[in-house]
Amino acid sequence: MRLLVNFSKKKGTAPIIAQAVKDTGVLINVERAVIDSSEGEALIEVPDDQCKLIRSTMTRLGATVRQLEHGIGVDMSECVDCGACISVCPREVFSFDADYKLVVAEDKCVLCGKCIPACPHKALSLPV
Amino acid sequence: MHKSIETINERIRDGSARVVTAEEMPAIVSELGEEGALKEVDVVTTGTFGAMCSSGAFLNFGHSEPPIRMERIWLNDVEAYGGLAAVDTYIGATQQSDTLEDQYGGAHVLEDLVSGKSVELRATSRGTDCYPRRTITTELLLEDLNQAIMCNPRNAYQRYNAAINTTDRLLHTYMGTLLPDSGNVTYSGAGLLNPITNDPHLRFIGSGVPIFLCGAEGMVVGEGTQHSPGGGFATLMVKGNLKEMTPDYLRAATMTGYGVTMYVGLGVPLPVVDLDVVRATAVRDEDISVDLVDYGVPSRSRPVIRSVNYAELRSGAVEINGEQVRTSSLSSFRKARQVAAELKGWIEKGTLQLALPTRPIDTTKTVHPMHEKKKGPRVLDIMDRQFVSIGESEEIRAAAQKLLKGETNHLPVIADNGKLAGIVTTFDISKAVANPGKACTVKDIMKKKVVTTTTEEAVDIAVRKLEQNNISALPVVDKDRHVIGMLTAINLGKLFGGRWLK
Repeated sequence: MRLLVNFSKKKGTAPIIAQAVKDTGVLINVERAVIDSSEGEALIEVPDDQCKLIRSTMTRLGATVRQLEHGIGVDMSECVDCGACISVCPREVFSFDADYKLVVAEDKCVLCGKCIPACPHKALSLPV
Repeated sequence: MHKSIETINERIRDGSARVVTAEEMPAIVSELGEEGALKEVDVVTTGTFGAMCSSGAFLNFGHSEPPIRMERIWLNDVEAYGGLAAVDTYIGATQQSDTLEDQYGGAHVLEDLVSGKSVELRATSRGTDCYPRRTITTELLLEDLNQAIMCNPRNAYQRYNAAINTTDRLLHTYMGTLLPDSGNVTYSGAGLLNPITNDPHLRFIGSGVPIFLCGAEGMVVGEGTQHSPGGGFATLMVKGNLKEMTPDYLRAATMTGYGVTMYVGLGVPLPVVDLDVVRATAVRDEDISVDLVDYGVPSRSRPVIRSVNYAELRSGAVEINGEQVRTSSLSSFRKARQVAAELKGWIEKGTLQLALPTRPIDTTKTVHPMHEKKKGPRVLDIMDRQFVSIGESEEIRAAAQKLLKGETNHLPVIADNGKLAGIVTTFDISKAVANPGKACTVKDIMKKKVVTTTTEEAVDIAVRKLEQNNISALPVVDKDRHVIGMLTAINLGKLFGGRWLK
């Protein structure tokens, strides 16, 4: 399961992810992290059955945690199934089925957004 | 055996014609043999759906009261050509909006019209005795226009080179997003479904031949611009009635960093009259090769990495130096199939009959590059031949003195062997002075990764290097990496008022 963890520096600079791993013993996979001067956001992958535990632990440590249900969004009314996105995605989210229709493996998506400017038809967008 | 086009049209009329797509043909030929396929199949339909920048439409608005002779014309803020007398215009697909830039363009205007949306027409004129009106602003639907004739100067490329990028920088090109360090390959074209690939000698594709164009029945006007059949890159000029088209097969698009373009669906039906047609339409993806070209080199003649065929490109990855590099198509094979299938349906229903070209298209010519009488400025023309440099083992203090004395901000650093080793700027020296540490020689503080130029490089290319790297000077080096000059932002000033802008 993928969780989006937001942390604000106002609440201190504690190593929240490391602390959560230490406290729970759950192995967290950090898929993507953006950290700037005042806040940070990390996309982490945790085993489904330990999601609740990680969520409550991180919340207690001062982070805002939200479950990520959706990957990149594809507007099928704009998509023409060209495949421009396929080779640009670092996670191989996009592929063709036997009929050359675009297939999106949403669960693999880490919302990096690299595919968005690669789409000639503006069919791709990050979920809000 | 030979089948006449009259026989084929008779069969189309009575509903007995056997029509297949170019994708189905190879299997039919291998099953029935060439003679058997000739007997069995009457028409092969082709199709392609991809970015075709050289597209647009002639529009006639009708006369206003009082009448205007439009001189400058905008449709939804996209400028259209105003040199066609009173109320005619040509709107080109790649023209960009004055306000929305690459987010909206001529292609979007055409897609909006075809989708039934209203479009704002704005025009100005100087006013004449016969056309007194000076300005007009109104909303128009496609149905309000007298004529809306799509006329595309260059469509249906026979094939198109695939693209790769060997530089360390992400490139945005008309061939899509090219990842650095040969990170991906992009290509375009329908391969075995491509119209001209199925009739490479253009026996049945020529003026007057009916085609599928963006969902409407259109026709071939003749050879397209940049038509280069001698090199395997034939093109077509085509036309069709915009009013009969559908947004399913006409889509505006934006190639990031390049601009607006239009995806066009185009298919040509080919009559199976003899064995030569059977052989040509049995073409498979693996039979069609294109060059894989390095778009990292910003030149007309880009280096070719290797030859690739459409079967490899469509497989999802091609091998380059022992590594599998993933591919992306920019055109839609699924849509190309739909074009060929719709065209097949039209012929099966008897709504479209075939016609032979009224004029043949040249099958031998090759395109030549622009005839440039005046060469654009090269680095040689504006670089500083007088410049100050420094050795890599000299002290930082010496560098500071040289910068002051030379009244420059950049010092190329020369290694003991006389070659360029790095560059130091006033910024590097200020930093070294502000944070005194172990650094004491130029070598310790110089930037070792230097972006350079050469004497023969076009100034426009050098300017892009400055912009992309956010720097203001380039050492000019010879082939042995000896510094022979400097090109700085100040030199670029020589371009203005100089002979190059005349």
